Amino acid sequence: MKEALKMPLRFAVLALIFMGVAALSNRPLYRSLPEGTGMLTLSFSHGADRRAACRKATPEELAKLPPNMRRPEICPRDRPPIRVEFDIDGKRMFEAEVPPSGIASDGPSRVHQRFVLPAGEYEIAVRMSERPDGDFTWHEERTIRIDPSNSRVIDFRANAGGFVFH
Amino acid sequence: MAGVGGRRRTNDWPVLRHAKKGLRRIFDLSERGAERLFSPVLNPLAQLGALSFFLFWVVAVSGIYLFIFFDTGIVDAYSSVEWISGQHWYHAGVMRSFHRYASDLMVVSVAIHLLREFSLDRYRGTRWFSWVTGIPLIWFLYISGITGYWLVWDMLAQYVAVVSAKLLDVFPVFGEPLARNFLTPQHLSSRFFSLLVFLHIAVPLILLLGMWIHTQRISRPKVNPPRLLAALMLSALLGVSLWKPTLSQGPADLTHVPAEVGLDWLFLPLYPLAEAWGEWSLWGLLVGVSVMLAAMPWLPPFRRAPVAKVDLPNCNGCNRCVEDCPYEAIRLVPRTDGEPFPHQAEVNANLCVSCGICMGACPSSTPFRRQQDLKTGIDLTGQPLRDVRESVVAASAELKGTRRVLVLACEHGAGGGDLGGVVTFPCVAMVPPSLIDFILSKDLAEGVVAAGCSESTCYNRLGGEWTKQRFAGERDPYLRKRVERERLATIWASPFESRRYEAEKAAFAARLETLEKAAQRAATEGESDTRLEVEA
Ligand code: HEM
Ligand code: SF4
Ligand code: SF4
Repeated sequence: MKEALKMPLRFAVLALIFMGVAALSNRPLYRSLPEGTGMLTLSFSHGADRRAACRKATPEELAKLPPNMRRPEICPRDRPPIRVEFDIDGKRMFEAEVPPSGIASDGPSRVHQRFVLPAGEYEIAVRMSERPDGDFTWHEERTIRIDPSNSRVIDFRANAGGFVFH
Repeated sequence: MAGVGGRRRTNDWPVLRHAKKGLRRIFDLSERGAERLFSPVLNPLAQLGALSFFLFWVVAVSGIYLFIFFDTGIVDAYSSVEWISGQHWYHAGVMRSFHRYASDLMVVSVAIHLLREFSLDRYRGTRWFSWVTGIPLIWFLYISGITGYWLVWDMLAQYVAVVSAKLLDVFPVFGEPLARNFLTPQHLSSRFFSLLVFLHIAVPLILLLGMWIHTQRISRPKVNPPRLLAALMLSALLGVSLWKPTLSQGPADLTHVPAEVGLDWLFLPLYPLAEAWGEWSLWGLLVGVSVMLAAMPWLPPFRRAPVAKVDLPNCNGCNRCVEDCPYEAIRLVPRTDGEPFPHQAEVNANLCVSCGICMGACPSSTPFRRQQDLKTGIDLTGQPLRDVRESVVAASAELKGTRRVLVLACEHGAGGGDLGGVVTFPCVAMVPPSLIDFILSKDLAEGVVAAGCSESTCYNRLGGEWTKQRFAGERDPYLRKRVERERLATIWASPFESRRYEAEKAAFAARLETLEKAAQRAATEGESDTRLEVEA
């Protein structure tokens, strides 16, 4: 091959490879959510009430403690789990007893669940209890609308009055 | 006898041997094509490590340039990148495309580099170090790329953020799940974004440190491609940057899911898998593959050939073997035997790959010596100079006729598979130039073929270059001037090119015949034959 021809040919070969690489760097398109659907995320991070697991100390237990440490109740350092129930249109979508996080089990319990739903209106019911037993202290029912590729979020903040819908 | 005829077989598992052979065939075809188009010196496939380094520098320089215009706050990051690709497309925008495409190309060149080293079986035995230190580089390269995609804070960045957060949240090290940072616009934290900006600068620096460590056990590592190749790459990058400038994919919007994104399939091919398989499976795959790669140098352990050994009475500390060893396995140390030289050579057996190049470099490696027990300054214990001389004499005895061609072949090239009249070596540069002088002057053959492996891709690194320089009289030890160059042919051919090898060898033999006839004619005309003027 003629030397003069080689240089443009070398350039062409490299440019062709580079074009292939450049094309792969954003094609083919990737669809992460089916067409006509949206996402509902149930996400919160909330510590259950530590006192919920306290119990009355027995006289024997009290006797074992030094006098300045005697308290009528014994409270474990661990947080108890929280309980969560989540219904869409009356159907149970999620139900769990979520243990606390952290090595010492004293961190908040975390929930992060994503639901892919066809666009439309839904009756949502969400309940949470900070005690392993008893009634759900926090609960909320609502109708929400999800548009295609919408991202809706249900968060929880006790100081904002409970569940927060975004 | 060591080294006469036939290729030595290394121990390997059949599956791996076949995988390597198949890959080798593909590489060989592409490399020969690339050699023809680019010339052996510019062959991109023969210098993928150097190309990866070069691409790293392109990414680094373009990144620094972009950083001047980039707003590191999460609120303005997107608009600053839009400004780069919009109003200022002709400088900053082009740099953005350079930054993106050079990174993508680095992924490609590293991947091919890995496959190629694998196909050449250059990762076991002593060479484990380069292989094992290469693996973290893949991780750093990917982390660099992924954090980069995040910084644009467009829809792709949002997708990357959400999936990365899910991947990281399986480890309970963050107080609050990372995923909660990307729930809604209100949750977005600029602190986390600053951390990303920091990571996108720090991780590439760690990558660079890793690249430096990666080449520590190699002497004269090729970390820069030739200028012409670099210029070609830059112009091709410029062409692609103008043809298809890198653009953002619309601002991130946490009230919507980035349902359809243009994914970088080189950096992010596993992100869809994280969603499909779940985070734990993906981590399992990544860690599993990394551990398997790291274990490969010992799967199965390489049966190492005996290493090089110094023979002090024949070493004067001239440094030639140190210069020529491709793996930094030899150094000069103070003399220990009281001889009047300041230094002596010392081999580090842990670094030696038994290529024999040092033996070919030592001025004491001359077969003309009359000693019964022929010795040299540094010798390959598995195939010492004494055996080499014997093999050459034995191979010569196999040759008949008036155009006897004796082949000194690299066992990794086409000549290594030749039969009859062949002496094989771990590398063609193990041949001391005086051996060729010896063969011709002792009339052991009419011609000598030095048969290497393929020209641009010496199995042992540097061997081809040293051989050419020694024959051309540019590197010690020289091939003496009195050696008739017409009687020496160098053939560079890979094991898959045996046909071309045979053809070149036959053509050489034919040339020898005319040479012989001319010599005979000259002799009958009473002129002296230069070939007879040799020392006994
Ligand atoms: C950023 C990524 C990388 C860069 C910049 C790089 C660069 C280099 C360079 C410059 C060399 C020396 C080449 C020579 O002069 O002969 C080399 C050798 C080598 N590389 Fe890499 N490399 C990278 C990744 C990897 C990876 C991922 C692997 C495999 C796991 C790998 C395996 C090797 C091996 C085995 C050698 C030594 C070959 C021999 O012993 O002759 N490299 N690399
Ligand atoms: S045999 Fe090769 S690797 Fe070993 S010391 Fe000699 S030149 Fe270096
Ligand atoms: S080339 Fe030979 S003489 Fe020179 S330092 Fe090495 S072993 Fe010694």
